[in-house]
Amino acid sequence: MSSSILIIVFLPLLAAIVAGLGNRMLGNFVSKLVTTGALFVACALSWPIFLGFVGGTATSEVVPVLQWVQSGTMSFDWALRVDTLTAVMLVVITTVSALVHLYSWGYMDEDPDQPRFFAYLSLFTFAMLMLVTADNLVQMFFGWEGVGLASYLLIGFWFKKPSANAAAIKAFVVNRVGDLGFMLGIFGTFLVFGTLSIPEILEAAPGMAGSTVGFFGATVDTMDLLCILLFIGAMGKSAQLGLHTWLPDAMEGPTPVSALIHAATMVTAGVFMVCRLSPMFEAAPTALALVTFVGAATCIFAATVGTTQWDIKRVIAYSTCSQLGYMFFAAGVGAYGVAMFHLFTHAFFKALLFLGAGSVIHAMHHEQDMRYYGGLRKEIPFTFWAMMFGTLAITGVGVYHLHVGFAGFWSKDAVLEAAFGRGTELGQVAFFLGALAALLTSFYSWRLMFLTFWGKPRWAASEHISHAVHDGHDDSEDHNPPKQEDAGEDVTHSVPSPAYGAGTGGYHPHESGLTMLIPLGILSLGAIFAGQFFAGPFIDDAAFWGESIFYNENLVHALHAVPYWVKYTPLVVMLVGLFFAWLAYLKDTTIPATFVKQFRLLHAFLFNKWYFDEVYDKIFVKPAFWLGRKFWKIGDEGIIDRFGPNGAASAVMRGSGVARRVQSGSLNLYALVMLAGLVAAISWIISQGAN
Amino acid sequence: MDGFPILSLMLLVPLVAAIACLLVDAKLARMIALVATLIDLALGVVLWLNFDIGGAQWQFTERQELFAGFSYALGIDGIALVLIALSVFLMPICILASWESITTRVGEYMAAFLIMELLMIGVFCAQDLFLFYIFFEAGLIPMYLIIGVWGGANRIYASYKFFLYTLLGSVLMLIAMLWMVNVAGTTDIPTLMQYDFAADAQTWLWLAFFASFAVKMPMWPVHTWLPDAHVQAPTAGSVILAGVLLKMGGYGFIRFSLPMFPDASAQFAMLIYVLSVIAVIATSLIALVQQDMKKLIAYSSVAHMAIVTVGLFAFNPQGLEGAMILMLSHGLVSGALFLCVGVIYDRLHTREIDRYGGLSINMPYYAVFFLLFTMASIGLPGTSGFVGEFLSLAGIWQVSAWVTAAATTGIILGAGYMLYLYRRVAFGTQRNEDAAAMPDLNAREWIMLAPIAAAVLWMGVYPESFLAPMRQDIAALDARLERVTPDYDSNATAGEGRPAANAMPHVEAGEAH
Repeated sequence: MSSSILIIVFLPLLAAIVAGLGNRMLGNFVSKLVTTGALFVACALSWPIFLGFVGGTATSEVVPVLQWVQSGTMSFDWALRVDTLTAVMLVVITTVSALVHLYSWGYMDEDPDQPRFFAYLSLFTFAMLMLVTADNLVQMFFGWEGVGLASYLLIGFWFKKPSANAAAIKAFVVNRVGDLGFMLGIFGTFLVFGTLSIPEILEAAPGMAGSTVGFFGATVDTMDLLCILLFIGAMGKSAQLGLHTWLPDAMEGPTPVSALIHAATMVTAGVFMVCRLSPMFEAAPTALALVTFVGAATCIFAATVGTTQWDIKRVIAYSTCSQLGYMFFAAGVGAYGVAMFHLFTHAFFKALLFLGAGSVIHAMHHEQDMRYYGGLRKEIPFTFWAMMFGTLAITGVGVYHLHVGFAGFWSKDAVLEAAFGRGTELGQVAFFLGALAALLTSFYSWRLMFLTFWGKPRWAASEHISHAVHDGHDDSEDHNPPKQEDAGEDVTHSVPSPAYGAGTGGYHPHESGLTMLIPLGILSLGAIFAGQFFAGPFIDDAAFWGESIFYNENLVHALHAVPYWVKYTPLVVMLVGLFFAWLAYLKDTTIPATFVKQFRLLHAFLFNKWYFDEVYDKIFVKPAFWLGRKFWKIGDEGIIDRFGPNGAASAVMRGSGVARRVQSGSLNLYALVMLAGLVAAISWIISQGAN
Repeated sequence: MDGFPILSLMLLVPLVAAIACLLVDAKLARMIALVATLIDLALGVVLWLNFDIGGAQWQFTERQELFAGFSYALGIDGIALVLIALSVFLMPICILASWESITTRVGEYMAAFLIMELLMIGVFCAQDLFLFYIFFEAGLIPMYLIIGVWGGANRIYASYKFFLYTLLGSVLMLIAMLWMVNVAGTTDIPTLMQYDFAADAQTWLWLAFFASFAVKMPMWPVHTWLPDAHVQAPTAGSVILAGVLLKMGGYGFIRFSLPMFPDASAQFAMLIYVLSVIAVIATSLIALVQQDMKKLIAYSSVAHMAIVTVGLFAFNPQGLEGAMILMLSHGLVSGALFLCVGVIYDRLHTREIDRYGGLSINMPYYAVFFLLFTMASIGLPGTSGFVGEFLSLAGIWQVSAWVTAAATTGIILGAGYMLYLYRRVAFGTQRNEDAAAMPDLNAREWIMLAPIAAAVLWMGVYPESFLAPMRQDIAALDARLERVTPDYDSNATAGEGRPAANAMPHVEAGEAH
């Protein structure tokens, strides 16, 4: 296993370097082949490891790579750790990444800059693999920042677009706010535990519960402090409420990127971190309560916003944000295995939804606004069915007593049952918020489906479409990066109702090619069966997890013992959401407009994403620039220079004509004076020394 | 290598070459300078390879008694070794950077740089207090001339400001040195590093040295000479200024202030923290609003060097080693960033950020290098910047959580101003035709940037190569500082242990199971 993990992790890096530096010399085809091939190899090597853990035949191990830093008592090395938790992440990352690589062959076919794109994708995969195989906190941070870099580069991939650049910087900087917490958490952990090795920390953590540490002059609970700081890092990466603002904007990146990074893998790094450090969090009750609370709050917040957006990718982005909330509150109540299970199934169905959306966007000539879709069911049937499976999975369709259901049914139900079964008030709150969010999830997911695939075509009203029709809708001639909608900026977007009578405008959408459809097919299998197959080991099998997470046997029993109404709540709310979506977007399409007219403020609040961006801009971004100018103009130039060097100069110039001559005189004179001064000083030293 | 005066040879080579440069024409002067700096680089490699890690503290020592206790004494420990290596590594790159951009008085220019190299190496290997002083202060002169003669439009003001600030500090240091020699009766630096000055005397001595080193670092609020000097200096001047001259301040702290005046260092630690934290926040914000590329990088240097001072005064191995690595890293990275500015300045003759844009299109390889150095400046793990910042900040937490939290905000602001710069230069559309027509890196520029890129990654992935030579010296310094280590607000107390937060009683599987 040790050699295969080395290949899994470093082959993508090698491929990224080859494709990135080879770039135009190698050409599109070779770059694509190298990177995609590397990922399929990594994927093929990852599944046996995972299945080994499922079957109970594999054991965890650590493969050392290279010494990194040794400073005083602090030391950390490059090493690859493989245990159950890592194995789960390995299959998620390599599978989705390999499929996304393949999908991009079709999706990015028109792009002039393909080697760069594939190099970034493989680089991302490498960084993500380093993150999940980390044996110490610093290597985890390396992966953490590495995926951040790749995310920055990929969001800004179409770097000519100002909105893409802005989104890329925003993603990086907002993540850095979280990283501040993560870094402080690492420093604090070293101070308290004297080590950065994850196994050593986790072993010592229970004994450290209840201890105190000085922080900002106060004395606080050590474990709570450390876990909260680390969790701030997780909040940034996983786009939790407060630090979520970058994720919707990150949709500026090409759609395959959204599927890989901003749905299936990178954004789940925060959940992974909490699970990896679960014994530490178990020693920190306040921190765990915070995790639960933030998770539940994000879950409901993002779901509410998702119901109002028109951009198909933004709907799915908020949906991702919301689903991450589920994972966090599952972890918060102590059901780490369940959190990881939801992470696992979510990776499949959310990647499926994004790639499906990409296929729709591809068919609709880069139009992303759902108001200009409609009636696509018959035009792109394969994409439709893939999206259908994704929707059935995310809305959690399944019947408890029949023991059948799509992937999301198994994991989301388990999350809600764990929250309820936990038996605390906070757990109850999380359960009810989660159930409400599930209703909203069903509503916005079906809304997306109805607006896109049902009803009559509304394509004619779209600029992209009419442009395409005008050009003889030949996609291959379109060498410009797609102009993406930038919702949120355009006020007219708040028009609540699509133009239902617009018609096709003479446009003919066409189904995507095989390279895009094969990944959709494979992910559909995941969305259908991943829950059914793996619910057992993930939820019930303590031996499966081994030492890799904190496994709470009693909680799992409580989870299974919840009343029937709890078990059927997800199904019921799914049906309610489906009904309302059907009512408003198929039955009577005037309802949304009427609703908006009636609740104008509420709609504006939701549509504008609770005004987070506006508030942050006012209290952080603008003041930073304002302060910068003041520090510069008033601080440096107005005070320091004025009374410092300039003041000294003018005083000297007023006082002495000689100085004025020197001031205006030649440089040689200056240098001579300096030299003379030095010689005088040295002579003096020597004479002093002689005494 | 026993007895072979390699350090003297490293001083002699640039001196001879400098004299030769003054006598020949421009073309030959360039060649002489390049060959001489490459010889010094080769000698530097020999020096490193022969340095006995874990051996004697002071190696390659040479001593020639001159007069009145003043001696020509050279010798290096691991700290000096890595800084000398940095100097000789950057020098040939500087000569290459000036290859085409300097056309007037080339011989004098090359001579100034070679003298500069001599003085820099001298500073790091001097073992006599006054020999150090001479090297330290004389370093002003060539840099002053480089800015004043070959600088930009406002060079007189900049060179004057540079001169005024730095000289002011050094006068006080000289007086302190004289006092020390009178009391301790020796000018030998290794001996002085073990000498215990009276505590109250230390206070004044520390402040006198601080005046000089703080200006060199530069620390807030005596930093305002740096942006002007950088803006006016030719590219290679900026590289040496940021790459090596600023490191003399940090070297001063670690060689003089900390070991010679440990009590005073502890006494004034809070002063250092406060000034550093102000520098991190204020100068980072200032960098955010700059329109001039060099000024932006200059301000970022102030912010980065503030993390160095914080690390130095953390009084533990992580802080000290982190500060040293960060100094090396900053020398490479900011030097490289100034070279990157120089590359496009040579083509368009402006440093104004808005005149560029979309350079990723016509200069893709340039954009890759620029991105790498931007990320190293931001402190991305895997680059040298991370190792330095991480260790420094981890070190200071052991003293004060406040200072750590405040200084760590630098990672957010740093990402802000550097990415904003990168976006305006390399991304976006090609707004200006002349900028869009600029060709990508030529062979000479590749040779300048590629070695630095390699070094940055090396230091990020395997910093052990650079930490190992210093380890013993840092440990010795740490032992000397142990007694005085301040303890502000980070006290940990062991806990009792309690049940897991989510521990719960067993619930029988109910009817639903």
